[in-house]
Amino acid sequence: MDLNFTEADQKFRAEVVDFIKTNLPAEIADKVKHGKHLSKDDHMRWQQALGRKGWLVASWPKKHGGPGWTATQKYIFDNVCAEMNCPPIIPFGTKMVGPVIYTFGNEEQKQRFLPGIRESTVWWCQGYSEPGSGSDLASLKTRAVREGDHYIVNGSKTWTTLGQYAEWIFCLVRTDVNAKQQEGISFLLIDMKSPGVEVQPIIMADGGHEVNSVFFTDVKVPVENLIGKEGEGWTYAKFLLANERSGIAAVPQSKRGVESLKRIAASEQQDGKPLIQDGAFRDKIADLEIQLQALEFTELRILSSEAAGGAPGPEVSFLKIRGSEIQQRITELAVEAVGYYANPYLPGLLWQGSNEEPVGPAYATTAAPRYFNVRKTSIYGGSNEIQKNIIAKMVLGL
Amino acid sequence: MDLSLNDDQNMLKDSVERFVREQYAFETRRKNSATATGWLESNWAKFAELGWLGIPFSEDAGGLGWGTVETAIVMEQFGRGLVLEPYLATVLLGGEAIARGGSAAQQQAILPALIEGKKQLALAYAEKQSRYNLHDVTTSAKKEGAGYVLSGHKGVVFNGPSADHIIVAARTSGGQRDAKGVTLFLVDKNAKGLTRRDYPTQDASRASELTLDKVSVGADAVVGKVDDGFALLEEVIDRATVAVCAEAVGCMDALNAATHEYIKTRKQFGVPIGKFQVLQHRMVDMFTHAQESRSMVLMATLKIDDADAAVRRKAASAVKVQIGKSGRFVGQGAVQLHGGMGVTDELNVSHYFKRLTMIDSIFGNQQFHLTRYGQIMAEAA
Ligand SMILES: Cc1cc2nc3c(=O)[nH]c(=O)nc-3n(C[C@H](O)[C@H](O)[C@H](O)COP(=O)(O)OP(=O)(O)OC[C@H]3O[C@@H](n4cnc5c(N)ncnc54)[C@H](O)[C@@H]3O)c2cc1C
Repeated sequence: MDLNFTEADQKFRAEVVDFIKTNLPAEIADKVKHGKHLSKDDHMRWQQALGRKGWLVASWPKKHGGPGWTATQKYIFDNVCAEMNCPPIIPFGTKMVGPVIYTFGNEEQKQRFLPGIRESTVWWCQGYSEPGSGSDLASLKTRAVREGDHYIVNGSKTWTTLGQYAEWIFCLVRTDVNAKQQEGISFLLIDMKSPGVEVQPIIMADGGHEVNSVFFTDVKVPVENLIGKEGEGWTYAKFLLANERSGIAAVPQSKRGVESLKRIAASEQQDGKPLIQDGAFRDKIADLEIQLQALEFTELRILSSEAAGGAPGPEVSFLKIRGSEIQQRITELAVEAVGYYANPYLPGLLWQGSNEEPVGPAYATTAAPRYFNVRKTSIYGGSNEIQKNIIAKMVLGL
Repeated sequence: MDLSLNDDQNMLKDSVERFVREQYAFETRRKNSATATGWLESNWAKFAELGWLGIPFSEDAGGLGWGTVETAIVMEQFGRGLVLEPYLATVLLGGEAIARGGSAAQQQAILPALIEGKKQLALAYAEKQSRYNLHDVTTSAKKEGAGYVLSGHKGVVFNGPSADHIIVAARTSGGQRDAKGVTLFLVDKNAKGLTRRDYPTQDASRASELTLDKVSVGADAVVGKVDDGFALLEEVIDRATVAVCAEAVGCMDALNAATHEYIKTRKQFGVPIGKFQVLQHRMVDMFTHAQESRSMVLMATLKIDDADAAVRRKAASAVKVQIGKSGRFVGQGAVQLHGGMGVTDELNVSHYFKRLTMIDSIFGNQQFHLTRYGQIMAEAA
C-alpha cells in the first residue's frame, strides 16, 4: 500500500495544473470560487477548451475519443479542477447520453452525436422525470406512437436541468402501453427545436432558473433517433445509472467547500476573535472534515480496486447519500458562520451578474441561497430514501 | 396551574387567525411582497383598528397593557401566514424599547401614533463585526454641546426602509466590547448625515444598512440611561426572541400540515408516499419537534417577566436553541418529503423553510444561545 502518487501521476498533475492556468478565464474561476451563477457561455467556454484538448470526456474509451486515462488520472483531474475553481462539467452529454450512444447506438448515431458531445458544441438535457413519475420513474407516461418513419410524442417532462440552454434532450418515452411497465419504455433523442416542444422555467427556492418543464405536443421525431431497440429504454437507463459513479460523491467539490468554509470562519469575527477560534464552531468544521475524509477514502478504496481490475463492491452504494449530506452540511455551516449577513438577498449579484457592492462580506451573498439550493442533492438522481431502499435490498439482502 | 388561554386571549387568537386566512393566501402574499415597501398599509391599518399594535403597551399610552403571552399569540398566527408587515420591528423591537426605556416625552411622542398605525420604527443594534454580541459596538456617540454626534455603521436593520424613527445603539464610553458605555438614541429617518442602503431579505422582507456620518441629536434623543443601554437592549431582544420563536412555531405547524397533506395525496409506486415507513417516522419526528417547540415557547412566555434577569435570559436562550434545532429539522424534512416540489419557489414550503432559517440567524443562532445558556447555568452551579 502506498498513498503517494507515482512520478508519472505527478507529472500528469502538473500538466493539468498548467492547462487550467492557461485556459480557464480568471473571471469564470472567480465565479466558481464564490459560488456565483454561471452563464451558458461560461460553461461552454470552459468545456470547449477541454474538448479541444480531448479532456472533456474523461471516462470514455479511447476509441470513442476519450483520453484513455487511468482511474487515478481521472481522480487527479477531478481534484485539480475543483481546487482551481473550474466549472463543473455538465454531465448530461458527457456522462449520460454519450456513453449510452456509444454503447447501444448504431454507427450512424455515433457519427452524428458523439463529436458534438466531445467538443461541447451541443448542449444536452435529461428528460426522465415527469410530474407524476419521480421516484417511481418506470410509471412514466410520455407517449411515443410510431407513424411511418416517425414517432409522435405527447406528454411532459419536468425538473429538466438547464433545459433552457439545450439543443437536444434524451427522453424515456412509453412506446408500448400493453407491455409490463419497464418493458414499454424506449430511449429517444429529441431535437429541442422540433415544432411542439415548449420549455417553461421552474424557479428554485433561491430564485435561480435552473430547472424547467418541457411539454411535447404532437412532436414528430424521426425513428432514426431511437437508441437501440424499442422497449429496451429502461435497460439503457439503468446502464447509465450504473456506468458513471465517478463524481457522484462530489468529494473534490466538497473539499473546496470545506476550505472556503474555513476561510469564512477565519474572516468572521466573534468577540474580536476569528470565529474559527470558537471551540464549538471549530468542532463542527473538524467533524465535517473528518466525515469528508471517510468519504474520500471510500472513493479511494473503490478506485484502487478498480485499478486492480476488480469490480466495485457494496461501498459504492452510499457515495451519493453521504456525498449529498456533506454538501448540505457545508452550506448549513456557512449560513451559521455569516450570522446576520445571511439575510440580505441580492438577486442582481446572484443571477444577473451585476457588479453592485455586496451588503456584507462577499461570501455572505451566496450563503443562504446555496443552502436552500443544495437541499436538492438529497432529492435528485434518486432521493436518499430511494438509495437506502436499494442498499437495504441489493446490498444487505433485506 | 392553568396553561390554557383565557377568553380574551382566545378571541385574539381567533381574530388573528381569521385575518391570516382571509388576507394571506400565499399568492396574495407574493404580490404584496413585490410592492415597494414589501407590505400593505391597509393591513397595517387593520392591525391598528383591531388593537394589535397596542398589545404590549400600557393603557395610559393607548395600549392594551397585555404581555408576551399575547404577542406570542399574534406572532404564531403571523408565522402560519408568513405575514410581512413589520410587527416585530415596529412593535416588539422599536416600540418595546421606547415603552421600557423611553422618557415620558418620547413615549408620548411615539407610542400613541405607533398604536394608531401612524409610525414605523426600527432598532439598529447589529454591526458588521458584532455578530450576536449586543455590546460589541463601534458606532460612536460623542458629546457635543448639549447633545451628541453619532458616527458609524449599523447592519441588517429590519424595517429600515419604512421606519420613521430608528433607535440606534452607539458607544458613549468604554472600549468596543464593554457592556457599559452603550447608549440608545432615537434618530429621525431624515436626520442629516444618515444614509441607508435598503435591500430585500431572503424571506421577502426588507432591511437596511445604515451609515451615520456625524448625525447630531439632542440630549432628549437618549432612550433610557446614558451608558446603560445594553441592559435595556438585551431585555428587549430577549422578549423579541420569544416572539419570533412563537412565529417559528406557526411556521412549523403550517409546514407540518402541508407535508402531512402532501404525503397522504402524492402517489408513487401506486400508493400514497405516506405509506412508506421511513417517511412516516420522519413525519412523526417533525411533529414531535413542533410540539416541543410549542412547549418551550409556552415556558418562555411564562418566565420572561421574571424579576431575576438570569431566569429571563435562560428562558430566551432555551427557547431559541429549541427553535433553531427544530426549525431546521422541520424545514429540511418538509422540503425532503415534498421531493422536487420542495425546492421550488412556486410552493410555499420553501418560503416557510427560508423564514425558519432566517429566524435562526437573528437575535443569536442556536449555537450562540446554547453557549449563553451554558454560561448562565455554569455561573449558578
Ligand atoms: C434540482 C433538480 C434537478 C433535477 N434535474 C433533473 C433532470 O435534469 N432530469 C430529470 O429527468 N429529472 C431531474 N430531477 C428530478 C429528480 O430526479 C426527482 O425529483 C426525483 O427522482 C424525486 O422525484 P419527485 O420529485 O417526484 O419526488 P417523489 O418521488 O414524489 O418523492 C417525494 C418523497 O417521497 C419519498 N419516496 C418516494 N418513494 C419512496 C419509497 N419507495 N420509499 C421511501 N420514500 C419514498 C422521496 O424520497 C421523497 O422524499 C431533478 C430534480 C431536482 C430537484
